[in-house]
Amino acid sequence: MTGQRRALPDPETLAGSVTAKDRAAVATALNLLDDTRPEARRVASQMLATLPEEKLDTEAHLIGITGPPGVGKSSLTAALINVWRRQGKRIGILAVDPSSPLSGGALLGDRLRMMAGEGIADNSVFVRSLANRGAFGGLSAEVWPMSLVMLAAFDIVLIETVGVGQREVDVSKLSDTTVFVAQPASGDSIQFLKAGIMEVPHVLVVNKADIGAAARRMLAELRTTLGHRIDPDGWEIPAVSASATKNIGIEELAETIDAHRQWLLSKGRLADRRRRFQAEWIIRRLLDEFGRFGVAQLGGEDGLFRQLTQRAGSPFDQFDELRDGFLAHLKTSPGT
Amino acid sequence: MDMSVAVKRDKPWLMRTYSGHSSARASNELYRTNLSRGQTGLSVAFDLPTQTGYDSDHPLARGEVGKVGVPISHIGDMELLFDQIPLAKMNTSMTINATAAWLLALYIAVAERQGAKHEELTGTTQNDIIKEYLSRGTYIFPPAESVRLTTDIICYTVNHIPKWNPINICSYHLQEAGATPVQEIAYALSNAMMILDSIKESGQIEEKGFDKVVGRMSFFVNAGIRFIEEMCKMRAFTHLWDRLCVERYGVHDHNLRRFRYGVQVNSLGLTEQQPENNVQRIVLEMLAVTLSKHARARALQLPAWNEALGLPRPWDQQWALRMQQVLAYETDLLEYNDIFEGSPVIAEKVERLVEGADEEVEAVNEHGGMIAAVQNGYVKRELVASHTRRIRAIESGDLKIVGVNCFEQTAPSPLTTGTDSGIMKVDPAAERAQVESLQAFRASRNNDEVGAALDGLAEAARTGQNIMPASIRCAHAGVTTGEWAGRLREVFGEYRAPTGIDITTHDTTPSELVEAIRGRTRRTGEELGRPLRLLLGKPGLDGHSNGAEQIAVKARDCGFEIVYDGIRLTPEQIAKAAQEEGVHMVGLSVLSGSHIELVEDIFDKMRGVGLSDIPIVLGGIIPEEDGRQLKERGIAAVYTPKDIDLNRIMLDMVDIIRTSNGLQPYGALQ
Repeated sequence: MTGQRRALPDPETLAGSVTAKDRAAVATALNLLDDTRPEARRVASQMLATLPEEKLDTEAHLIGITGPPGVGKSSLTAALINVWRRQGKRIGILAVDPSSPLSGGALLGDRLRMMAGEGIADNSVFVRSLANRGAFGGLSAEVWPMSLVMLAAFDIVLIETVGVGQREVDVSKLSDTTVFVAQPASGDSIQFLKAGIMEVPHVLVVNKADIGAAARRMLAELRTTLGHRIDPDGWEIPAVSASATKNIGIEELAETIDAHRQWLLSKGRLADRRRRFQAEWIIRRLLDEFGRFGVAQLGGEDGLFRQLTQRAGSPFDQFDELRDGFLAHLKTSPGT
Repeated sequence: MDMSVAVKRDKPWLMRTYSGHSSARASNELYRTNLSRGQTGLSVAFDLPTQTGYDSDHPLARGEVGKVGVPISHIGDMELLFDQIPLAKMNTSMTINATAAWLLALYIAVAERQGAKHEELTGTTQNDIIKEYLSRGTYIFPPAESVRLTTDIICYTVNHIPKWNPINICSYHLQEAGATPVQEIAYALSNAMMILDSIKESGQIEEKGFDKVVGRMSFFVNAGIRFIEEMCKMRAFTHLWDRLCVERYGVHDHNLRRFRYGVQVNSLGLTEQQPENNVQRIVLEMLAVTLSKHARARALQLPAWNEALGLPRPWDQQWALRMQQVLAYETDLLEYNDIFEGSPVIAEKVERLVEGADEEVEAVNEHGGMIAAVQNGYVKRELVASHTRRIRAIESGDLKIVGVNCFEQTAPSPLTTGTDSGIMKVDPAAERAQVESLQAFRASRNNDEVGAALDGLAEAARTGQNIMPASIRCAHAGVTTGEWAGRLREVFGEYRAPTGIDITTHDTTPSELVEAIRGRTRRTGEELGRPLRLLLGKPGLDGHSNGAEQIAVKARDCGFEIVYDGIRLTPEQIAKAAQEEGVHMVGLSVLSGSHIELVEDIFDKMRGVGLSDIPIVLGGIIPEEDGRQLKERGIAAVYTPKDIDLNRIMLDMVDIIRTSNGLQPYGALQ
C-alpha cells in the first residue's frame, strides 16, 4: 500500500469546520497544531486566526483537572462526563501523560477509563491523548493552541494531567477553572498545595469519599489549610467531597465548577484570564527560543505582558510578530 | 521384569482434554468420543460470549460464537451438551470464571432434570477472577463484586455439593503472562488467602466447619520447559500451602491440607516454527508435575502440538491424551514412592523458591493485599516486566528456543502440509445455527417466569443473599446467559483492569539495533511533522493481552507514542480512537480465531470516519491462508507467534508508515 504525501489542509475551511463542530476537522486541526514543519506552522497560524474571536474569549469552559497520581482523576473525569452528557453538553478532553526521557516514546491509555459508561458509544466525547514530550518547547507548548481549537468545537474542554510538579504543563496556567483532586489518607496532596508547587486551584475535591472517616478528616484539613480562602481574583475556594466509584457528590461537583465560571463571567474576568494565559504562553515560548536577553530586548516580561494582554489575536500570529521584530532588531542593532 | 508378580501401582491422575467448539451438539459428540477413547473426565471449554456473559446473538458476540469453546446460552444448550452423559457419574471441569455461578447453576439444573442428587456431583468450576484481571481478560464486574460471587459459589457447594471443587486458584495464566516460578507461587497463595479471608468475613460458613472450606480449595498450575525447577516449584507450593493451612487457618487434619492441583502444561513456550518439537516440550513439561509423588498433579490436561498454529483437531487432542497414557500405563513411574526425597540438590532449590515466594507475598501485602495490588496495577506491572525480560532474553539469544533462535534450518514438515493445513476449522454456519436455535428457545419460554426469576436474581445481588439459589431458579425458568449477566451488570457495574504497560523497565542499555530503530522512528516523525503515533487495539471478546502489551512496551522503547486501552474494544471504538488520537497506524491483536470478521468490520468503521488510508497491521494466531486473504483485503502486515523478533516488527512498522505517507522505506538494517 503506497500512499501519497498528505497535503496540508486549507486553513479557512478547516477553521469553519471546527467551528461547525465537525469531529474529523477537530482531529485534523489538532494534528496540524502538533506538526512542527514550518509550512504546517504557517497554515496552523492562519487557521487559529480564522477561529471566531468571541468563542475564544468567553464561550465554552476550559477546565483543568489535576492532582497526584492514583487519586482517581480518570474515574472522576468519567463521572463528571456522565453528568455533562446528561445536560446535553459536548466534551473535549486533552489528557497529558509523561514521555519516556530515554526513547522519546510514550504510553497513553486512559481513554476508556475516562469514557466509562455511556460516553463510549456516542459522539459527545472527544479525547486526544498527549505525551508531554519532555521539556518545554515540545508538545506541552501546544496544549494552549490545542485548547483554543477544542473551545471552538465543544462546550466543555477538560485538560487532565498529573500537573503537580510538572513544570511543562501546569494546568492552572491554562484553565478558566482548576480542579485539584486529593484523596483521603494521603499527605502528598496537602504538601503539594502548601509548597506552592502550583497556583492555588479554584475547586478542591476529595475523591473516594466512600472511604468515610479518612475522607472527612482530609476534607476538614483541606478546609483549614486552603478552603474558604480567597484567591487573588476574589473567589472563595470551595472544598467538596465526591466518590467517583459510588457516584456520590458528582453533580454537586459539576455545579461548583460551573459556579466558578459564572462568577468569572459576572465579574468580567473570563476573557481577562484567557488573555493573560495566552500572553504568558507567548512569553514562555519567547524565553524558550531567545532567552532572557531576547525577552529583555522586546521590552521585558512585564512590558510584554502588558502589551500582549491589551490585544486580541491568534497566539501564533502574536508570537511570530514579536519573533520577527526581535530578528529585525538583531539585524539593525549596532555591533551585531 | 518378572511379570508374574503383581506390582502395586498408584492410581493415575485424572486425564482430560480441554475441549468444546461450534455447538452443544457437536461438543457432546466430541466428549462421547473422547470418553470412549479412555479419557476419564471432561474439561469444558466455553466460547468467549459465554465466558463474558453475552448471548450468541449479541453484537459483541459476532464472529466469536463457538470459536474457542462451546456456546451455552441457556439450559437447552446445557442439556444437549451432556446428552447421554450421566452427571451423577461424570467428573466435569468447567473453565469458567466471571459467569461461573451461572454455568454451575445450569449444570445443577441439568443434573436435577437427569435425576442426579446434589451430593453425587463431582467436578470443578475454575471460578478464579484474579487471573482474569491479570492475564486472561474474561472478567465482567469490579473486583469486590466478583469476589463476592466467588465466595457465594464456594459457600454454596461446601454446604450442598460437598464433592465439588468450587475454585481452582490459577497460577497457570500468570506464567503465560510472564510470571517466574516465584511469582507464580506468591500470587496464587496471596489469591487463595484473599478468597479464604473473604469467605470468613461473609459469615456463610460456621467457624468449626471452616477447615472443610480450606480442604475444598484447589489449584491450577502451569508447567514450563525448565522441568527440574518446575518440579521443585510444585514441592515448594505443597510445603507453603501446608504451612499456610496450619498457621493461618488452624487446619490440623492432614487430608484437608493436601495441596490439590490440576495442570495444563505451558502454551507460552509452544512454537509455530517446527511445531513437531512441541511434542517433546509437552512430554518434558508433563514430567515436572508427575515425577514427584509428593507433589503430583491430581488432574492433567495437555495442549496439542499445533496450538500455536490454530485450533487443534480431534486427532491432535487424541495424541496429547496418548502421551499421558504412555506415561501412566507403560512406564514404571507409578510403582515408586517419591524419588526425590532426600536429595540435597532438590531440597536446596525448593528452599530458595520458598524464600522468594515468602518475600513476594509480603510485597503484595505491602501493596494492600491481592485485590488492592490488582487494582493499583502492582501485580500486573510486575508480570509485564517479567515477560518483557523474557522476550529480551529470547531476542539476545540468552534464552534458547530450538527452531526459533537456534537450529532454525528444517526439512519441510509433512505434518502441516495436509489438505486441512494441520488445524481445525470451525464451520462458519455454526454461529448462524446457534443464533437461530437461541431465538427459537426465547420464543418458546414463559416470559413471566423469566421476569420473576431475574427479579429474584437482582434482589439477591442487592441484598447479599447467596447468588446460587436465585441462579438455579433462573436456569430452570429459561433465562439466558446474556440476561443473567446483564441483570448483574446493572446491579454491580462493569470494570476495566489496569493494563500494566506503565512499567519503568526501559531498555536502559539498548543495543545498537534498538538505537538504530529509535533513530528511524524519530527521523520519520520529523519528516511527517510529528512523532509517530500508534493505536493498539484488541477487538472482540478475547482477553489474552500479553502479546499486545509486549508490542506496546517495545514500541515505546523504540520511540513510538502508543495509545493502548486494553481489551474488548468494539470496531467503532477503535475507529473513533484512531480519529481522535491522530495516529499514523493501527495495530490489532486477535487470538480467538475471529480475525476475518473483526478485520472486515474495522475496515468498514475506519472508512466511516474517513481513515481508510491509515495502515492497519494485525497480530495473533492467524493461519497462513487467512493471513494471505487478509493482506489481499488491505491489511499491511500480519504477525504470528513465529515473529518472535520484535525488532524486525518495529522496523517493518516504521517502513509501513513511511510507505503509506509517500516516503521511501528504509528497508532492512545494514
